[in-house]
Amino acid sequence: MTSSSTPIIEGWFTTGEQPSLLGSRCTACTTVYFPPVPGNEGYCRNPACDGEVFETAELSRRGRIWSYTDAQYQPPAPYIAPSDPFVPFALAAVELPEGLTVLGQVAEGYGVDDLAVGAEAELVVETLHTDETGARTVWRWKPVTELGEEADQ
Amino acid sequence: MSTETNTVTVAGVGMHPWGKWGRNFVTYGVHAARAALADAGVPWTDVDLVVGGETVRNGYAGYVAGATFAQALGWNGARVATSYAACATGAQALDTARTRILAGLCEVALVVGADTTPKGFLAPNAGERWDDPDWLRFRLLGMTNPAYFALYARRRIDLYGATPADFAQVKVKNARHGLENPYARYRKAVSVEDVLSSAVVSDPLHLLDICATSDGAAAVVLVSADYARRHGLTDGVHVRAVSTVTPTFPHTVMDMPNLSTDSSAATGEGERTFKESIAHAAYEEAGLGPEDVDVAEVYDLSTALELDWMEDLGLCKRGEAEQLLRAGETTIGGRIPVNPSGGLACFGEAVPAQALAQVCELTWQLRGQAEGRQVEGARVGITANQGLFGHGSSVILSR
Repeated sequence: MTSSSTPIIEGWFTTGEQPSLLGSRCTACTTVYFPPVPGNEGYCRNPACDGEVFETAELSRRGRIWSYTDAQYQPPAPYIAPSDPFVPFALAAVELPEGLTVLGQVAEGYGVDDLAVGAEAELVVETLHTDETGARTVWRWKPVTELGEEADQ
Repeated sequence: MSTETNTVTVAGVGMHPWGKWGRNFVTYGVHAARAALADAGVPWTDVDLVVGGETVRNGYAGYVAGATFAQALGWNGARVATSYAACATGAQALDTARTRILAGLCEVALVVGADTTPKGFLAPNAGERWDDPDWLRFRLLGMTNPAYFALYARRRIDLYGATPADFAQVKVKNARHGLENPYARYRKAVSVEDVLSSAVVSDPLHLLDICATSDGAAAVVLVSADYARRHGLTDGVHVRAVSTVTPTFPHTVMDMPNLSTDSSAATGEGERTFKESIAHAAYEEAGLGPEDVDVAEVYDLSTALELDWMEDLGLCKRGEAEQLLRAGETTIGGRIPVNPSGGLACFGEAVPAQALAQVCELTWQLRGQAEGRQVEGARVGITANQGLFGHGSSVILSR
C-alpha cells in the first residue's frame, strides 16, 4: 500500500498491520453497531434501550464465515470496476464474536473454492480501486489458512 | 373471526400479463383494475377507496400512486391511499384497504399495483449518497441483489447438503406450473440441464436460478361483508390475514441492502427470524397453522429462496425443503404445491404488483379457476415475500 492510499470511506476501519472495523458501542446497553453511528451520536436501535451516546469500538479482526458468493458479472454503478476487463471477485458475510455479521469483498487472490460456511476469516485492508487521489482502500475478508496450507495458495 | 360478519371478501381480481411491453405503468394498472372490477361485477362508481402500490426505483415517487390510477379510471370522488413497502407493497396496500373496510370506513376498495422496469440488475438511484446503504453496497462492495440470494443458497448447500441440481429442479417445476398461465411472461419448459448450463451470475446461482424484472400489473377488489351480502358475493374468497410485521431486534440475518446485521451480543438471539415472524403473525391472525395450508405462493427471487420460504412458512422443518422438492410434494398434485402460478421464475418481478399477483393467483386457485394449473380442492392459501428495508408480508386467504 502506498502512502497516497486513503480509505474509501472515513471512520469505518483502521489501516496498518492489524486493521480492524470501527463500530459504535451504545454506552447504555453495550450493543455494538457497524457501520459506525456518525459522530457517535444517534439512537440505539435496541427497542429496550433509549441510549443516544456511543463510543468507538474496534471490532474483532477474526470471525466465522456465515456465507459467501462471488460477482461473475460487473455490478452496475455506483460500483467502480478497478480493471477493464472486469475481473470477478468473491464476497463473504462474516459473523464476528460481537454477535453481528459483516459483509465484505474477499481478499485478492481468493475465490469461493477457498471458502466454507463456518470457516475462519480475518480482516485485511486492500485497494478497492484507484481514483484521482490515488488508491482507495476497503476492508476485505481473507480466509485463515492453517500453517503449511499457505504454500498451496 | 366469523366469516359472515367480520371478514373482507375478495370480490374480484385482475392482472395485466407480465412482460417487457415498454408502456407506461398506468396503462397496465388500469387494465388490471378494469379486469378486477369486471371479475367482481362491481361498477367503478361503487368504489369508495383506491389504494395504489408505489415504487421509488423505476417510477417517480408521488406519481406512482393511488390517485394516478383513480384519475385514469375517471375521478369518482373515492378516498385514496398509497403504499410503499418494497416487495411487500401490494400486501400493505391490501391491508390498508382491508382495515378501512373492517373499520366500517369504506365498503368497496380497489387495490392496484403496476410497474415498468429497466433491463438488467436493479441498481440504486443516481447520485452520490454516502449515507444510503442501498448505494454504499454497490460502491463499497459491488453487492448486487443476486449476490444476497446467493448467500442464502450457499448456506443451503453447506449446511443442508442441497445441490445446484436441487435449485435447478425448483426452476423446472415452476416453469412447468407456468406453462398454462396466461399472465406469465415465460411459458416455456426448462430442464435441469438448461439451468446448470446457463452462466453462473453469483456462485452457486446460475442465470436461470434468478428471476428477471418485468412490467406487469395486478388489482384486487375487496368488499365489506355487508356489501357482499347485498350483492350476492358471499360465496367468495376471504382475506384471513395480512401480516406486514417489521423484524424484531436483533435482526441477525444478512438482508438486502444492508452491509451488516444487528448484534445479538447485548440482547441474545430472538425467537424467530424475520421471515419466520412474517408467517407466524399471519397464521396467528388467521387462527390457522401450516398444517391447514393447501397451496403457497412464495417469493422465489431465486430458486433456492423458494426452499427457504417453505421452511419459514413451517411447511416443513428447517433443512428438509429439498426432500419435499425431490419427492415431488411441492408440484401440483403433491402434498403442498408451491408457486402453482409459475412464481417469479415465470413472471419476473414487477415490484409493486407482485404481492398482489400472489393474491390474484390464490384467489383463482381457491375458486377452482386456475385453468391448467389448478391445485384440486384448495381451501386455504398463503403468500410470502420480503423486500428491502425491513419490509415483508404474508397474506392468508380461505374459501
